[in-house]
Amino acid sequence: MAKVAEKVEKKLKFTKEQYLTWYESMLLMRKFEEKTGQLYVQQKIKGFCHLYIGQEAIVAGTVSATKKGDKHITAYRDHAHPIALGLHPKYVMAEMYAKITGCSKGKGGSMHIFSKEHGFVGGHGIVGGQIPLGAGIAFAEKYNGTDNVCVCSMGDGAVRQGALHEAFNMAMTWKLPVIFVIENNNYAMGTSVERTSNVHDLWKLGLAYDMPAKPVDGMTAEAVHEAMEEAVARARRGEGPTLLEMKTYRYKGHSMSDAQTYRTKDEVKEYQAQDPIEKVLATLQKNKWIDDAGIEAIEAKVKALVDESVQFAEESPFPDPEELYHDVYMQKDYPYIIE
Amino acid sequence: MKTVEFREALREAMNEEMRRDESVFLIGEEVAEYNGAYKVSKGMLAEFGAKRVIDTPIAELGFAGIAVGAASNGLRPIVEFMTFNFSLVAIDQVINSAAKMLSMSGGQYSVPIVFRGPTASAGMLSSQHSQAFENWYANTPGLKVVVPSTPYDAKGLLKAAIRDNDPVIFMESEQMYGDKGEIPEGEYILPIGVADIKRAGTDVTIATFGKITKVALKAAEELEKEGISVEVVDLRTVRPIDYKTIIESVKKTNRLVVVEEAWPLASISSEIAYMVQKEAFDYLDAPVRRVTTADVPLPYAPTLIEASLPNVPKVVKAVKDVMYK
Repeated sequence: MAKVAEKVEKKLKFTKEQYLTWYESMLLMRKFEEKTGQLYVQQKIKGFCHLYIGQEAIVAGTVSATKKGDKHITAYRDHAHPIALGLHPKYVMAEMYAKITGCSKGKGGSMHIFSKEHGFVGGHGIVGGQIPLGAGIAFAEKYNGTDNVCVCSMGDGAVRQGALHEAFNMAMTWKLPVIFVIENNNYAMGTSVERTSNVHDLWKLGLAYDMPAKPVDGMTAEAVHEAMEEAVARARRGEGPTLLEMKTYRYKGHSMSDAQTYRTKDEVKEYQAQDPIEKVLATLQKNKWIDDAGIEAIEAKVKALVDESVQFAEESPFPDPEELYHDVYMQKDYPYIIE
Repeated sequence: MKTVEFREALREAMNEEMRRDESVFLIGEEVAEYNGAYKVSKGMLAEFGAKRVIDTPIAELGFAGIAVGAASNGLRPIVEFMTFNFSLVAIDQVINSAAKMLSMSGGQYSVPIVFRGPTASAGMLSSQHSQAFENWYANTPGLKVVVPSTPYDAKGLLKAAIRDNDPVIFMESEQMYGDKGEIPEGEYILPIGVADIKRAGTDVTIATFGKITKVALKAAEELEKEGISVEVVDLRTVRPIDYKTIIESVKKTNRLVVVEEAWPLASISSEIAYMVQKEAFDYLDAPVRRVTTADVPLPYAPTLIEASLPNVPKVVKAVKDVMYK
């Protein structure tokens, strides 16, 4: 009897609308990133480029469990976060095309996507550097007496940086409203978690600071949402940070120039079999919340958005050379040394 | 006017700005309950409380990063480094975050923050506690670097730094905190990026900044006894540098000595020498000379310190050299 009740409750936990939102959002992340990969191969996009494919459930479940006013920060695998938060993907694509219409005016590129309007504070290139920044963003929210939180994301590689420990310590001491999210995709570039430390359960790093911490199935939007919801509520209550280790996987290489000799094709296939988007679609279909026409409509909408993004990026101009001396200082008449 | 110590001038600047703007706060090691390692923040915890005067663990990288994050989200932190020697473990957040965020976000996120504390040598502290990194920070676009030499300049420039919307590195000296000087009774602000002629003269220009300005002024006094008139230009800010004031002075004196308490390679003095030869080549009657710290880690022994640091006899000799005397 208890089991049936639990089943019913679980079924009711998320609405049809929530699943449809997740499906569309995650499909957009996926299709956008697939297009990004193609355009990188064509060298329309340059620089370093890190794709989010396979990890979409983390961002989807995070966005559904947070609200407007909350802040988000991550490292350089950063295309999906702002799109899921509501930034039109054309501004991300134009940024990767190095165009003036990009969200960072063509000054940041793939690794430095920002959207102040949507509370997305980047887009940071030094592994682990965003961890104290995320704590500081939360510090400001607490200082100003808001109920906003900061979701601070990092990869499994970043947890080996000293910055993590200093930020964890102060965030717990000062009870900052920050949720630390480890997107553990098993590999820091080509080095597996097992090869970087004696501690392989990354959530346990929180225990040294008495920080509530746990592992989460990062391939399932529901699991991410539930863990995030609990952590966010704790932060809003003024009880401080939480560490969530999202167990996930990236289907693609670390960056676009990764031959992936450190893992087997079977391993990749094993994870693709539990694809986070397929899972959401399966739930929609099982409950008869979507039919083939509905799927096609979402696919068409996503395709149109991606196409529009590429067209916008293609047609936008590069920054004028005079842009060089803008946005370095807030002071408008800063006396640059110009030879 | 009233006479105050350098540390009091700094404290007045912070107190006035914190009374004026709720978003300003002070964070660092020993700034609150201990009243500051060098008593700069004495009494501030009592006035502003633990929310705005914040002791940290010994974790410069962490608290510098937290302050930068807070600044990007609307606050105006003053970060105290116990000395800038310790800022090296935080330098990733200063260079890669504070100095870059505005540019790499295409102008969306500014970082109005002040990193302040003592720089350079301060007695027999050996090599890890005696370094002058003004030129390191001045090299980085996105930062401003202020290095005052008097209580008057310190107060006016620190107030400007706190109100500035860009990240400012504000470098003091343990050996200046007890210096006394006159400041106005009322509020005043000095602009960042403007040099000050601390002593007018006609024969030789000495360009300098920070604590070592005192050495330059003493040397000028000595030289006056020998009939040599020295103009001492105190840069006050080394990013941006007020080249115009230096070059105008050189056009008048036709001779330049730069005095700096940093190592010689790629220093502020090499930059000034470059700019002066470029802009005032035809005005120079002698090659530009400089007096810097010796090109070695600063040792402990007093004899070795004496041999290493700029001092009055070395500056006097350099001035005489450019006068071919």
